[in-house]
Amino acid sequence: MTGDGVRDVITAVLVLLSAFLCFAAGVGLIRFTDVLSRLHAATKPQILGLMAIVADVAVSNPSVSTITLAFAIVFFQSLTAPMAAHMVGRAAYRTGHFRSDILVADDLGPFIPPHGGKS
Amino acid sequence: MSGSGSGPAGSNGSRSRLRRARLASGLIPFLGLVLLWMLLWGQFTWLAFATGLVLAFIVSVVFYLPAVRLSGRFNGGRALLFLGRLIADVVVASVQIAWSALNPGYRPSNAILTVQLATRSDLLMTFTAVAVGLVPGSIVLDIDRDAGILHLHALNVASAADVPALKRSVSAAERRLILAMGSADDLARLAKSASMSEGRAG
Repeated sequence: MTGDGVRDVITAVLVLLSAFLCFAAGVGLIRFTDVLSRLHAATKPQILGLMAIVADVAVSNPSVSTITLAFAIVFFQSLTAPMAAHMVGRAAYRTGHFRSDILVADDLGPFIPPHGGKS
Repeated sequence: MSGSGSGPAGSNGSRSRLRRARLASGLIPFLGLVLLWMLLWGQFTWLAFATGLVLAFIVSVVFYLPAVRLSGRFNGGRALLFLGRLIADVVVASVQIAWSALNPGYRPSNAILTVQLATRSDLLMTFTAVAVGLVPGSIVLDIDRDAGILHLHALNVASAADVPALKRSVSAAERRLILAMGSADDLARLAKSASMSEGRAG
């Protein structure tokens, strides 16, 4: 295989991987049962999907500017996504928007009794 | 820390070391802003550098933030180890969560747990929280800054018996981070907490 052929295969694999992960994240957002579980779907598969698609662009179009931009995108996404999830999770816990019946342990309860929730 | 001149006069050497540390704490984020500007333009030219300097100056004056206290210690090999492990964890976590989302027989079973951190540094606490937010099944719900406690929500915890293993994995992530870039104080705390948990186990 020529160099271009190898590159095409790598590109195709990365695009499919990214599409699959983003699809799974979307399904998780709908299927998971409460806000706190949905946040997991919104952060992790989404980050890996983004990494794959950005790596894909960098492989198919390798130049200094693409690669540096790819690093910047991945760095800031992986820095901000957990923080956004943290803010939503904190608000959801404190306002009682979560299902306590699917928790096997709740160590936070003694620190901040959630209020307003239907227990 | 205000009024560096009026405080109890230390020796000349320690004061200049303090000044150098404070300069570095301001300079590294500043240079990071310049680097980000050049990354966004995708070119490493003098023009990009000069405009980056001007913009970084404006940003740090207009959007003033309290200075980040850096530890002044950085171990490149340990940092690579931390990063490699983080990427492996992200891959594992993504596959696990993608599988739970698509698995027809998915049954929700979660847990909220608290982890006592060894570090008291704001920067390391933030990095640990971010790293923990990316690794298998956990999201930071709340942070007790003074006590150094993270409250996490974990996905797919089958029973309360799995909670200690999860706590250990979070502490291990923190440990790798401290070894990579913690201060001497954090290292001492880490050694103390490690010997304490050993004593409890034995």
